[in-house]
Amino acid sequence: MWAFINKLRSPKWFYAISARLQPWFWAAALILIVTGTIWGLAFAPADYQQGNSFRIIYVHVPAAFLAQSIFVSMAITGLVFMVWKIKIADMAATVMAPLGAAMTFIALFSGAVWGVPTWGTWWMWDARLTSMLILLFLYLGVIALRGAFASRDSASRAASVLAMVGVINIPIIKYSVEWWYTLHQPATFTITGRVGMPMEMWLPLLIMVLGFYSFFIALVLTRTRSEILRRESNKRWVRELVEEAN
Amino acid sequence: MAFDTFQELLAMGGHAPYVWSAWGLTAALLLGIVFHARAERRQLLRQLQRRARREARQSAPAAASQPIQTSKGGCTNDA
Amino acid sequence: MTASENSLAKAAAALREEPGDGLAVAVWATLKRDLVLMLRRRSEVLNPLVFFALVITLFPIGISPDPALLAAIAPGLLWVAALLAALLSLDSLFRADYDDGSLEQLLLTPQPLALLALAKVAVHWLLTGLPLALMAPVLGIMLSLPAGSYVVLAISLALGSASLSLIGAIGAALTVGLSRGGVLLSLLVLPLYIPVLIFGAGAVQAAILGDGVLAHLAILGALLALALSLAPLAIAASLRISING
Repeated sequence: MWAFINKLRSPKWFYAISARLQPWFWAAALILIVTGTIWGLAFAPADYQQGNSFRIIYVHVPAAFLAQSIFVSMAITGLVFMVWKIKIADMAATVMAPLGAAMTFIALFSGAVWGVPTWGTWWMWDARLTSMLILLFLYLGVIALRGAFASRDSASRAASVLAMVGVINIPIIKYSVEWWYTLHQPATFTITGRVGMPMEMWLPLLIMVLGFYSFFIALVLTRTRSEILRRESNKRWVRELVEEAN
Repeated sequence: MAFDTFQELLAMGGHAPYVWSAWGLTAALLLGIVFHARAERRQLLRQLQRRARREARQSAPAAASQPIQTSKGGCTNDA
Repeated sequence: MTASENSLAKAAAALREEPGDGLAVAVWATLKRDLVLMLRRRSEVLNPLVFFALVITLFPIGISPDPALLAAIAPGLLWVAALLAALLSLDSLFRADYDDGSLEQLLLTPQPLALLALAKVAVHWLLTGLPLALMAPVLGIMLSLPAGSYVVLAISLALGSASLSLIGAIGAALTVGLSRGGVLLSLLVLPLYIPVLIFGAGAVQAAILGDGVLAHLAILGALLALALSLAPLAIAASLRISING
């Protein structure tokens, strides 16, 4: 276990091992997402209440799950970086933030679009969408803060602190927004809170969720490798690698 | 199949703009992210290669005579 | 030696003499110093209050003078305006000390930075949050805030603004070294303010409806307790990052 953590301190080791891992995750992501897409769009039954707009769930829910998971991952890698000074952790955190923001945006957009046939309006201040919007601002804050520092080490530590502060706030924000929403909207109709979704509906959803997670891992592996090249460009192993690629 | 014809699939029972705009944005973003990641890597490698070539050029004439680096005639600039 | 350097030197000397009470001395010295300095810059104390009043004035002008409409949205308006006024005053929390080097001195003392930072935030609350809370009922009259909610308004703002000072100080500490830190500070801090806003404005609305005030105030208290225990650590870590950066 500790040997593994010590290996992690070496960007070169991570670069080599991620080269072997990433094709698998990309393949998994492709297969799962394509399968889930076809199944969800063409084969899964329509909802008796919402009709075919229900199919938006197959992108909205995976994106929403990922939006939250990525922020937690960012906070964990931030903690690892601050405590154990493992550079890879910070490199991973750097590439996670934009992806998390993109996922949050997908969740927001699909959620809003879903609201049109369901509620008849382009935007609805319901608990879920409002929480997603706040999460998007948190992501933008981390990205902005990291970019504002001239020194990379300060930027990394500041972004780590902010990610950790943010992750503590996320459950608090979720709870407060839900409280706020139920106070003002007594009729709580949740779009996706379906107890007892039939298997033909939740199986493609599960596949899409797994596909999105594979995409996340694959992308983090790929972009972290680029980040390693960028930050370690003066090391000999990178120079040799660049020469070989020539 | 939940739909009888391909036209019905496209129409999504009247909900076509909503379903397809949501899925379309998702697909566009996911594909865009993938292409950006690949382009980033390519650009980075190209940048590092250019730098390696520049440094090789600078150190080669200096290794022959002076320790000071000079750009004598015959050295073309890489834009 | 300037007055601030003078009092710091005194505190440092006191620390060297009484290692046992060092912490209490350091905290008290920080409190006194910040109070004196802030009271000297009276405009910094008054500006948030004037801003508060101005923003409240803007809303009837921008929306409608209809008392019934204003009464319906008054709790939220008062809370948002107070929140923004508190946010504005955050930038100067650490900046003056950062600029003249006393912040670095603070980092070098053997006392835990988290507690000294807590002392600074306490002064900030005393001279910003508390006055805002006391002024709010007056502005509530101008917005036709329904009777029976004025005291709750003041209490919720007093409790809530303490949390706002603590959370905001984290953002202020992270951005104090940056040249254009002000706007970034708002971007970082406002999402974190939302739970306090929800329960603060909710308390006032509960008072109007006649039910559930204590529940809202209790949650505000819980948020404050959480902020009191965790924020000082984050503030200290952020100050170190900003100074060393």
